[in-house]
Amino acid sequence: MSLQYPALIVVVPLLSALVISIAGWVNKRWCFPITVAGLAVTAYSSVGLLLRVLDEGVIVYKLGGWDPPMGIAYYVDHLNGLVLVVVSVVALLNAIASKKSIEQEFPEKIGPFYTLYVLMVTGLLGIVVTGDAFNLYVLLEIAALTGYGLIAMGGGRGPLSALNYLYMGTIGACFYLLGVGYLYIMTGSLNMVDIARILPDLYQSKAVMAAFIICMVGVWIKMAFFPLHAWLPNAYTHAPSASSSLIAPLVTKVMIYVMIRFILTIFTPEFSFNILAVSKPIVWLSVIAICMGAILALTERNLKKMLTYIIIAEVGYMVGGAWLGNRIGMTGAILHIANDALMTLCVFLAVGNIVYKVKGAEFENLQGLFRKMPFTMGAFVIGAMSMIGVPPTCGFFSKWYLISGAIQAGHYGFMVALLFSSLVNVVLFFRVFEICFYEPFSDHHGHDHHPEPMDEAPVTMLVPLFIVAAILVLVGLYTGDIVNHIIEFAIPKGLV
Amino acid sequence: MSDLIPTIVAKYNYWIYITLMMIGLYAIIAKNNLVKKIVGMNIFQTAIILFYVSIGAKKGATIPILEHGHGHHVVHAVDYVNPLPHVLMLTAIVVGVATLGVALALAIRVYNQYNTLEEDEILAQIREE
Repeated sequence: MSLQYPALIVVVPLLSALVISIAGWVNKRWCFPITVAGLAVTAYSSVGLLLRVLDEGVIVYKLGGWDPPMGIAYYVDHLNGLVLVVVSVVALLNAIASKKSIEQEFPEKIGPFYTLYVLMVTGLLGIVVTGDAFNLYVLLEIAALTGYGLIAMGGGRGPLSALNYLYMGTIGACFYLLGVGYLYIMTGSLNMVDIARILPDLYQSKAVMAAFIICMVGVWIKMAFFPLHAWLPNAYTHAPSASSSLIAPLVTKVMIYVMIRFILTIFTPEFSFNILAVSKPIVWLSVIAICMGAILALTERNLKKMLTYIIIAEVGYMVGGAWLGNRIGMTGAILHIANDALMTLCVFLAVGNIVYKVKGAEFENLQGLFRKMPFTMGAFVIGAMSMIGVPPTCGFFSKWYLISGAIQAGHYGFMVALLFSSLVNVVLFFRVFEICFYEPFSDHHGHDHHPEPMDEAPVTMLVPLFIVAAILVLVGLYTGDIVNHIIEFAIPKGLV
Repeated sequence: MSDLIPTIVAKYNYWIYITLMMIGLYAIIAKNNLVKKIVGMNIFQTAIILFYVSIGAKKGATIPILEHGHGHHVVHAVDYVNPLPHVLMLTAIVVGVATLGVALALAIRVYNQYNTLEEDEILAQIREE
């Protein structure tokens, strides 16, 4: 069974999507258990796979027994082993946590929702596990198309935002496809390892450089790298809670993974950082992304939308860290993929709980929440601390690596941007805490003031939230092990 | 200038796909009507499909099925077309159709909600809310 883990990771959610869509017609109550069972098997397989990778090194899984480069092969190394675990665990926890909010927001669409949900997880896991550049495109579109559906499902402004996302997402995927086309013209191969073997003789070719840049632009559109971010805030804000807490932590992070895969595996760090000589401008772009994300977040009066702008700043962290061109920066970027996915999940789940009870995430709605929902707010504080970068939460450690990398590369602009964005995060989150801490203002001279009774979200929403909050601290405490045993092997030896 | 024209003529397939792509991109950015944007998006996708198909084309070559598979004839790779780009595009066409379907479905939802598909009118309605 353990030999089949790479296939199970994609096949189990794909088949459970089929089963869920049928079960949705028969009895809606079956959808949730099937979803959780499917995602649990997936999470189990991906953890098992990571453990196998730690033991044996790179695992090549030939689908259908066809040898690469003719057949499609799945390659699992330390880099995507880690990302697979993060994606599958986040998807599982969110599925459990969002059950009640789905039943509240669109009780008649439970079957379609879970079908799309599991299909999206299939797409995301497929992107991460595959070793074939064209296969990656198809899975990219699977993840994107289901994502549009999930965003539009909530009604309200959802469909319009999803449509705007669709235009941008399609352009991004098409750019990626075009870049792969150029790579195919030059190398005659679609298998990532095979391309990497053929490419070194062609590094001076203009077509190869064009291929790399076009692929990068496509991936940047998909990850909402400033200034290609315009689709993200509205799409994530107007999505129903259950969708946004799946899409917000995972989609941007998986695209960062694709970017790092291009830099490290398909091309070499030598090509990406030295021959191409664009790393400096890209790091400066990410400096702008971080600053603009922070400033735009300051102007928002809606908690969920504020968080979406923080995501844009976080994307800047990871792109900048990856393009610093040294080992520490790359370590920080990879570590931040895992950390950012978890802390984004934490704050979005907390927002989901708030929306479930208060029916809105505008700042006016948040007053008195510490008394009303103490447990949700407790977990939200841990998530916020991690986003600010307070030890021992995990956000501190990846930021530490990123800043060390910036200093080592002599890129002080990036360091200043990271510190600036941390400070802005302090302002942003303490403003939210302040609003939540004080009671609603009462007009009646304050005499007949009755504090609102506690009205906490259901236990099924709280327990996954607590688990995520605990993971944030645990990952922070075990950062050393993660870096030494996993990320250290994910980065090729050549990069110092 | 004398060099430029032969370069353009020799690589005309690239120029056609780039032109089509830019037409599509222009429609997505500049058009006000949501369905026109969707059409632009489809032109954009089709341009890339044409690009792939054109790089797989070869004059005077045939499909890669060996005509004398049992004999001892030498197989000349020159006589055969590489089928892979075309096969890849079957998948890309399917993806394109699916995207178009989702986009049109979303456009219907938007129309039912706002009773218009003009972007500026929709934005005006949102601002009024």
